Amino acid sequence: MTDIQYDRAPGDISISAKPDKMDLSDVGIYTIGLTLALILTATSFWVANTSLIWVPGISLGLAVLAIAQMGVHLVFFLHITSAPDNTNNVLALAFGVFIVFLVCAGSLWIMRDLNSNMTMPPELMNLHMQR
Amino acid sequence: MNVAVAIHDVKQDAFVPASEAGPAPKRIVVGFGFWIFLLSDIVMFSVLFAAYAVLARATAGGPTGAQLFNQVNVAIQTAFLLVSSYTCGMMSLAISTRQRLNTYTFAFITFVLGAAFLYLEVHEFASMIARGAGPQRSAFLSAFFTVVGCHGLHVTAGLLWLVVMMAQVAIKGFRPAVDRRLLCFALFWHALDIIWVWLFTAVYLIGARL
Repeated sequence: MTDIQYDRAPGDISISAKPDKMDLSDVGIYTIGLTLALILTATSFWVANTSLIWVPGISLGLAVLAIAQMGVHLVFFLHITSAPDNTNNVLALAFGVFIVFLVCAGSLWIMRDLNSNMTMPPELMNLHMQR
Repeated sequence: MNVAVAIHDVKQDAFVPASEAGPAPKRIVVGFGFWIFLLSDIVMFSVLFAAYAVLARATAGGPTGAQLFNQVNVAIQTAFLLVSSYTCGMMSLAISTRQRLNTYTFAFITFVLGAAFLYLEVHEFASMIARGAGPQRSAFLSAFFTVVGCHGLHVTAGLLWLVVMMAQVAIKGFRPAVDRRLLCFALFWHALDIIWVWLFTAVYLIGARL
């Protein structure tokens, strides 16, 4: 009965008892996360300002970098893992990401169709998305 | 018969599944509940992001993102928030090992960095409004002030929460209820950083290219 498998609370590194001093490996997890996040952030700002990248691809590149940095934050700061004790946390997260995707992609899709299907006098056009 | 006994023995040694283990400890229930709240908060932000994305070009002849946004300012804000997330993690480690002084120190650094972030944001808002680019100027600026301001309000709430938590640590000590609240605060602070990642990417960097 000693090995009851409870879920892990999100944000907890481990449920097991810790030694009385700060664990260096735990500090290391956060430090790796900070380093990766700083590198990804710096890359984002570089991508936004460089002339080396094909211009229409820049937005996509920035989105990919943001997704990567979100993953770094989730793994190294929030300690979300694929372990069985994290299934509930991951499932809730997956549902949240699903809704976020539906809301954002759906809004952009619907509004673009609306704009292309409606003809308006020019002075009204710039109240809406221009494309 | 032998096989049945063997399986029975294995079952005794194996993990007791969560469904047979009774209620989970309160820390896990509270942490998961707060995780659900954070995800619903992120869903709320997604609506504001969608509104910004739809309205980003609707400048009504007013200033565009490219003219208004100061990338250096945004980069400094990003660095402040990122490092404060790191020091918040250090605070969590200090709490789990019951180191009072380290807890106060890292909480103080987290607070100062968060306050510096907030100062830069308020300064940016004030200078935009002074240039006639307030939220009433265009649909683009309404959406901008709503999404960025909402994040700023969350950071403000987080700073107040941090002060309250440090007072509770000082007065009540590391009792289980205080511990759970500190866990929730750390989750909140890290989630704010994730939202800021999307803010500086979608609102500032991509928004300035439209």
